[in-house]
Amino acid sequence: MSMTVNEVVSRFGDRRLHDDHDHDQEGMKILGFWIFLVSDCLLFASLFATFLVLRTHIAGGPSGKELFEMPGVTAETFALLTSSFTSGLAVMEMRRGNVKRLIGWLIVTALLGLVFVGLEIDEFVKMVSEGATIQHSAFLSAFFTLVGTHGCHVTLGLFWMTAIMFQLARYGINAVTQRKVFIACLYWHFLDVVWVFLFTVVYLMGVM
Amino acid sequence: MAGGHKHAAQANHHESPKMYINGYILSLVLTVAAFWLVLAHVMSTTPLVITILALATLQIFVQLFFFMHVKEGEGPNYHGMALILGAIFIITIVFGSIWIMSFNAQVQ
Repeated sequence: MSMTVNEVVSRFGDRRLHDDHDHDQEGMKILGFWIFLVSDCLLFASLFATFLVLRTHIAGGPSGKELFEMPGVTAETFALLTSSFTSGLAVMEMRRGNVKRLIGWLIVTALLGLVFVGLEIDEFVKMVSEGATIQHSAFLSAFFTLVGTHGCHVTLGLFWMTAIMFQLARYGINAVTQRKVFIACLYWHFLDVVWVFLFTVVYLMGVM
Repeated sequence: MAGGHKHAAQANHHESPKMYINGYILSLVLTVAAFWLVLAHVMSTTPLVITILALATLQIFVQLFFFMHVKEGEGPNYHGMALILGAIFIITIVFGSIWIMSFNAQVQ
């Protein structure tokens, strides 16, 4: 016949339990990503340590002071700082439930990221054409590995963000896409922090 | 159904662009300050390096608190614990490497 009060309560209770479970899982996935970011910090710390130890070993080749062109690097820095801000605005629009603006800010973020990667490739090509290749000296090996690893991270972020934009256009804002956008933006802010240190340790200290 | 999950990744506080704009301005100021200090040569090398590294470290906190919502989430502060553990490892790797290699240079 009809359900008893207990059955209704237990069903309702079960569903709430289920919701809480999903809710916890989304939270756990975000925490899991924070732990990944810490492990990525260790990768970059090792590369930074390598660079700092090898930066004076130029083997008679060009030093950072001769190679680095600050206008390009400064432009890269401002592009990435601005993209970190626009990805923050994307998360804000997501929480307001505005899909169109969310996708719009993600597009702006990705375009700024593209400018960053373009400038970096341009810098690398110029350096290599001047004979400053990765095998030339310990300094250049460490430089290309450190800066290149960061560049690869940014490039991966661009593909990732593009994929999420398609998912947002198709499924809108729900628990899953929300978590995906949040995590992609965490990754993006993290890359911005790493770049600030690259800018400081590699370029500013390099031209001193 | 989706509506019930809407709070998955969000806290209860009111969202305004003001916090993001403040964070952005702060990050620009810190970067320009580091850039200017290096170009203007107002200090000798060692204090200059320490100052620009301090400015870069402040940038971490700007990103963490203004953009990355590090204080969000319920329960124990596992994000914070992971970050502190990471910071200890990073400091050990970077400063340990510099220190041990400077010792090597002295021996030679």
